[in-house]
Amino acid sequence: MKRLVPLLLIVTLALAGCQGWQSALDAHGPAAHTLANMFWIFVAVLGTVWFLTMAALLLALRRRRPVDADPLVTDPGTEKRMTMTISVAIGLTLVTVITFTGLSYAAQKVLYSHKDGALTLLVTGQQWWWEVTYEDEQPSRVFTTANEIHIPVGEPVLIKLEASDVIHSFWIPNLTGKMDAIPGRQNQIQIQADRPGLYRGQCAEFCGLQHAHMGIVVIADTREDFERWRDHQVSSAIAPNDPERQRGMEIFLSRPCIMCHQVRGTDAGGKVAPDLTHVGSRRTIGAGTLTTTRGNIAAWIVDPHGVKPGVNMPTIQLEPDEVQPLASYLEGLK
Amino acid sequence: MKVYLVLPLVAFALAACEREDREYRANPMTAESQEKIALVPLSAGPSGPTEYRSGLGKEYEENAFHISQGQRFYTWFNCNGCHANGGGGSGPALMDDRWIYGGQIENIVQTIREGRPNGMPSFRRKIPDDQIWEIAAYVRSMGRNVPKAAAPGRKDDMSPGPAEQRRPPGQVIDGGQVPPSAQMPQ
Repeated sequence: MKRLVPLLLIVTLALAGCQGWQSALDAHGPAAHTLANMFWIFVAVLGTVWFLTMAALLLALRRRRPVDADPLVTDPGTEKRMTMTISVAIGLTLVTVITFTGLSYAAQKVLYSHKDGALTLLVTGQQWWWEVTYEDEQPSRVFTTANEIHIPVGEPVLIKLEASDVIHSFWIPNLTGKMDAIPGRQNQIQIQADRPGLYRGQCAEFCGLQHAHMGIVVIADTREDFERWRDHQVSSAIAPNDPERQRGMEIFLSRPCIMCHQVRGTDAGGKVAPDLTHVGSRRTIGAGTLTTTRGNIAAWIVDPHGVKPGVNMPTIQLEPDEVQPLASYLEGLK
Repeated sequence: MKVYLVLPLVAFALAACEREDREYRANPMTAESQEKIALVPLSAGPSGPTEYRSGLGKEYEENAFHISQGQRFYTWFNCNGCHANGGGGSGPALMDDRWIYGGQIENIVQTIREGRPNGMPSFRRKIPDDQIWEIAAYVRSMGRNVPKAAAPGRKDDMSPGPAEQRRPPGQVIDGGQVPPSAQMPQ
């Protein structure tokens, strides 16, 4: 009994791990449901096979055989039973394999069929963050953001996947399976969320030093909330009106920040690092590495390599009294 | 006996690690390197102009990581907008042996940091100093003025010629003409 308690605890904890904002078994979309169902069918069937095999093995081990049995003497009855058993086993194996193949095929049909979605996104994997472009028929409504995707609930969203440097893999476990992002070609995958919520994704193809810190957050909202968010994201950054943030903006525009980052509505037009126009409205910075707070932004600017060693954000020359206005400016870019 | 054979091999293998020694965290306090270069042998007074080269350039030139970072920044910061892939456009060519303002790495760093007449902008405080050194090291690799082992291999994009690593070793001839394309309209 005493041994059973820790065992039960471990099992409970392991099962609790299935719930959460980044779990393929906590399905919140049609594709993820298909995958989760497949997983449970495979676990059930293969688990049964395993238990049967183990039971047969134990039986065979425990059954005592006469010590002086002559292996050359065969009994026709036993031989017949053995042939039957093995034939049935082979037959069942064939049926299982064929059923599994059929199931996989059906699941792939579901996973790779694309419905016409109202929304198309272009997601580009980069070392080590995700660039997200919301496409639209009107060019003025196209905008770019990073590391955070907002989608309307219950609607299929088509995601075009590209990569700029090495192979990455886009994976939102709660919503769908993995899809590689490969330089020089475009892959497509569809996601759909059944319920409003927050789903975390992760690069699933080793892509270098900070592969582990290459997260993405998907936020599923109602259609109205989503439209409100999109209208806001399309707009340029609002110029700050308090002196501290104005100073922060001056610092931002006169430092190396502008070589890579873009803030729409200012002169900063770099295209190789995350768009910071509305960085303050995003939940995380550094591709899911830190939550967006003024302190974290300051830490990220002062010592990016302490937070995320090897990241392409350089350490720059800043005076101590310039950090606060700069962080405050960026935090205020809602 | 065998130990004497193995030991140098291990030493050689370990020495090869230096080729890609990665320094991510440049010290911002030493951000602006204090190299002094002279473009002409003239100076006021009897002694020639003072030069100071700290040897920092060697660290960058002989390190494959720094050079490939420079290669990345070269396109990120739009150097190719004027200098193309080294063949030159509205800016002078970088893969040839002629260097208007000197072809040593310290000269190239100064050219990037300070800018030059007729179009080269100054990138002081726009590009962090260590990245300027990395870009300069890459520019040196275009004419293969860096060790073969450290020069970049094949690029992923289309390339106008053989990879830097495959180019014959270059030489540096100081001086040279501003090409007509880079001159101010008269």
